[in-house]
Amino acid sequence: MTTPSMVSGGGGEHGHLEELRTDPIGLMQRVHDECGEVGSFTLAGRTVVMLSGAEVNEWYFRMPDEVLDQAAAYPFMTPIFGKGVIFDAPPERRKEMLQTQALRGPQMRGHAETIASEVERAVAGWDAQDGPTEIDLLDWFAELTIYTSSACLIGKKFRAELDERFAHLYHDLERGTDAIAYVDPYAPIESFRRRDAARIGLVELVEGIMANRANQADAGAADLLDVLMSLRDESGNARFTADEITGMFIGMMFAGHHTTSGTAAWTLIELLRHPDEMAAVVSELDELYADGSSVSHQALREIPRLESVVKEALRLHPPLILLLRVATEDLEVGGFAIRKGDLVAATPAVSNRLPSDFPDASAFVPERYLAPRREDDVNPWTWIPFGGGRHRCVGAAFAMMQLKAIFSVLLRRYTFELAQPPDTYRNDHSKMVVQLQQPCRARVRPREPSA
Amino acid sequence: MRVVADLELCQGHAECTVEAPAVFALSNDNHVTILIDTPPGEMVDAVTNAVRYCPTHALRMEHTERIEED
Repeated sequence: MTTPSMVSGGGGEHGHLEELRTDPIGLMQRVHDECGEVGSFTLAGRTVVMLSGAEVNEWYFRMPDEVLDQAAAYPFMTPIFGKGVIFDAPPERRKEMLQTQALRGPQMRGHAETIASEVERAVAGWDAQDGPTEIDLLDWFAELTIYTSSACLIGKKFRAELDERFAHLYHDLERGTDAIAYVDPYAPIESFRRRDAARIGLVELVEGIMANRANQADAGAADLLDVLMSLRDESGNARFTADEITGMFIGMMFAGHHTTSGTAAWTLIELLRHPDEMAAVVSELDELYADGSSVSHQALREIPRLESVVKEALRLHPPLILLLRVATEDLEVGGFAIRKGDLVAATPAVSNRLPSDFPDASAFVPERYLAPRREDDVNPWTWIPFGGGRHRCVGAAFAMMQLKAIFSVLLRRYTFELAQPPDTYRNDHSKMVVQLQQPCRARVRPREPSA
Repeated sequence: MRVVADLELCQGHAECTVEAPAVFALSNDNHVTILIDTPPGEMVDAVTNAVRYCPTHALRMEHTERIEED
């Protein structure tokens, strides 16, 4: 067994940390190019063994948490979630928490309806405008998906108690994911200061909502917040504080928020960069909805052209570019040694573009998902925008349904155009949570009635 | 046609029980149970969707002609 070779560079104080904070995809691609399917880089004194390729990815995605642990791999999440939430809990407890009823199949129809009405509400102002409305794609989709995820995962009653303040604070939390956290999750830097202030701000908002509910006669059906507020401990006191409840809500919404928001924005950008594809998707939607069927009905069914565009946006712009675990024992993969304590990484950004699995890998080619190519099904261990195996995204079906619902409303009622040169839209990779770099503006106007 | 589940990958998301409730159920330990392992022709479309939409890709179909002859 040999030790995986180390990628070039990494001469800084914390190894390759600086490069990870500025050009992570360049770093990971170089690991692949120089070292092959099993290579390594260093991160604040630790070795990160990086895998890319079907066989080693399959090994990675089949490993149970007891062997490749997620918790210690994401130190930047604990200050965001708070103590005892998701990554601060033991593996068995996390598995239990992830068996979330809200994402199960039977709930989906209701969610589709909820999402469609959130989109309707978000676009309401566009029709009143005389000319086009200019929107910032990051801000717009981030706020929309705060409302859709809170409504679906926590409850419509809670969503009705939110406004853009919640979205702005939540955005500051997401920005507080600098990889400096691998050195010190509480390092004295601006984005961490804003992160901690944002968490306090969110707790205050939730406290306010709880106080209102406590003072009012019950209006409407109970949601998750009502349930959590009603729980008592042995001495009859409230079981959870506002801080703990806020932490749970942050944790529930986190995985589905920036991911869906970014994918929606990239889907729209790619459609606008490829007008033929846009025309094909719009006519697909027009045909599907010609019989007057509802979004909640159609979003649960196949919309092949739109789905293939979303999948291609996901392949080229995966919301998570680096998936991490910690080896809890000495391991071997593909003839290479992994030592106990090493970080082990899978890389959607690199694996999704392996030329051996995806011909013309850097080009936007939605046809690759249509029968008979079906390159996502053919390559389950390298087409990994949702990860793979045991830890494959629990919300993948929900996310796809949500995106279909969003674009079913947007593209049938409005036309969009880019407000910047097409090649100026890019991701900001300075944080572990990847988001669109601003400015990322687009113009929208009501669609002309078709002739 | 035979349906096979990889219980190492199944995490109990239950999408298959929505796509093809006659063929799939969840056991008490939150893993898939296959109720009919060689579903009749009229169920094949539903089972195909269940396989395609399984969040952890834990299901697959095997074409076994011998079983169909039985």
